[in-house]
Amino acid sequence: MRFLLQRVAFYLFTAWAAITLNFFIPRMVPGDPVQSLISRNQGRISADAVASLRVLFGLDSDRSLWEQYVAYWGQLLRGDLGLSFTFFPAPVSEVIGSSLPWTVGLVGVTTIVSFLLGTALGVGAGWRRGSWIDGLLPATTFLSSIPYFWLGLVAIALFAGPGSFFPSSGGYEPGLVPAFDAYFIPSALQHSILPAATILVSSMSGWILSMRNMMVTVASEDYITVAHAKGLSERRVALSYAARNALLPNVSGFALSLGFIVGGTLLVEIVFSYPGLGFQLFQAVGAKDYPLMQGIFLIITISVLVANLLADVAYLLLDPRTRKS
Amino acid sequence: MSDQVLEIRGLCVDYGIGADAVRAVRDVDLTLHRGEVLGLAGESGSGKSTLAYGLTRLLPPPGVVSGGQVIYHPADGPPVDVLTLSPAKLREFRWAETSIVFQGAMNSLNPVHKVSTQLLDVIRAHEPKSTAAGRLARAKDLLRLVGISADRLDSYPHQLSGGMRQRVMIAMALALEPQVVIMDEPTTALDVVMQRQILGQLAELRERLGFAVLFITHDLSLLVEFSDRIAIMYGGRIVEEAPAARLYREPLHPYTEGLLHSFPALHGPRRELTGIPGSPPDLRAMPSGCAFHPRCPKAFDGCDEQVPVLGAPRVDDPARAVACRLHPAVAPPSR
Repeated sequence: MRFLLQRVAFYLFTAWAAITLNFFIPRMVPGDPVQSLISRNQGRISADAVASLRVLFGLDSDRSLWEQYVAYWGQLLRGDLGLSFTFFPAPVSEVIGSSLPWTVGLVGVTTIVSFLLGTALGVGAGWRRGSWIDGLLPATTFLSSIPYFWLGLVAIALFAGPGSFFPSSGGYEPGLVPAFDAYFIPSALQHSILPAATILVSSMSGWILSMRNMMVTVASEDYITVAHAKGLSERRVALSYAARNALLPNVSGFALSLGFIVGGTLLVEIVFSYPGLGFQLFQAVGAKDYPLMQGIFLIITISVLVANLLADVAYLLLDPRTRKS
Repeated sequence: MSDQVLEIRGLCVDYGIGADAVRAVRDVDLTLHRGEVLGLAGESGSGKSTLAYGLTRLLPPPGVVSGGQVIYHPADGPPVDVLTLSPAKLREFRWAETSIVFQGAMNSLNPVHKVSTQLLDVIRAHEPKSTAAGRLARAKDLLRLVGISADRLDSYPHQLSGGMRQRVMIAMALALEPQVVIMDEPTTALDVVMQRQILGQLAELRERLGFAVLFITHDLSLLVEFSDRIAIMYGGRIVEEAPAARLYREPLHPYTEGLLHSFPALHGPRRELTGIPGSPPDLRAMPSGCAFHPRCPKAFDGCDEQVPVLGAPRVDDPARAVACRLHPAVAPPSR
């Protein structure tokens, strides 16, 4: 318990540092958002509007950096991430709120499915080492070394196109209104098949490979021989003795990959023009939409930290040796 | 009910298959009688652990049992050949009839499960009809049997000392009251005091429960004290077999003599520790004739040609057997 509190304190500190950096970095970048907003509107903004925009973005010069910092924290705690330029005057929190479900839905589900499937296949391949399954391993090595987005491009080239069942871009049929109904859900699923398959194929191979190798390592441990000698069923030896121990390194890897759900598959979302957070970030960078970038970075930072904390908790639960008595 | 509980007949174990195979155990005959402690000693690489793994069919690949029989005589029922049991029958046989205490006291327990889980799962696997409460009571009794308090059931292996872990393993080995317990250097990883305690406890338990022990070690001094009979292995073969006290007082094989001279005696006159010159034979290129002849101080003409046969050197002394041309066999070894 004490260990956990220590970890939580450490992550709180890291979060503070990340948020503070998030505050300072845009202020060190040359140019200012009002200027770029003016140029977006090709100068057709009145002087009054410019002045009020400056106040809105916290750029009124009579406030010290410290005051701005305190105000920034106040806004953050109220969930106010400022206004987006690209979707002006929509608040950043609203923009993120509308794209986050897409990313979590696509990448989150595929990450979990690929971990579960890959681990299960890895357990099988490792336990029956030397069988025909080993012949498939070079293929998984090959697949795991291919970047997602390249596989996505290949998938689009091969499967998408005029008249194909698989749409090449977007998250749903244009013209539909996002809602839980019989028109929208099938369309969303249809649009997610190709990107999901792309992520699944290339990330699952990594889990298969690492789990298989850990199984082979663990299989030569003394306690596995003991388990066989005890006359336990093959299933129990494989799962409760071998896989249970081989799983440990994979679980922390999995928790970390959860943290990269939000930011990690930016390129897949770009390739498929998928309306997720990664695609949003890409657009924000293109449009110099600092508030949106800042907001997305914040979400990425927090999700990585939460995932780290999850990894610690998972390890604590799974490996009794890390618990202090 | 026969006197023998485990008969090993002509057991051969190879590592590898085909022309590259290395024979680690050659044509071993060994009989374990009910309730006795049979010591099996030899240098590293003499094949003693391979013999234990071979007869329990636990050999890791590329080890293969390439010949022989391992006949087990259950307390009731006809004898069975362990080497031909079906996988399901083998699982039933394991631990219920023959349990094993392994070398690595530190790594024999699964680090992620509690002691109780590991004690209970073996009972449940073999006695599916037992109740949870009954199993738990049995597990508590078992721990008490080896002098560990029952609340240690909730401990994880890393919370126990090396000695305690090995005692837990011994308790586990006795969980199903097997007829035979194979001990493969059970105390090697422990300090001398702990070694003594555990051996004392084992001797006491054997008195009480009456199981037979095949005790494998390189420490001959330990065996002289602890076992009823001793078999000496060299280069994959049994080279001498005798009651412990007689082997100690009057070794026949020059190799046994060498082993006995490798540790000091507490009593009697001081003597030079000689050890055995040379090193154990290379299994890939075994010497011709008697495998020991290149290192043997008493080798004479013909030792490098004829393979000596294990047999009793005197007709009136069937309890002993030796494979040396200095003491040619006049009768087949007793069964």
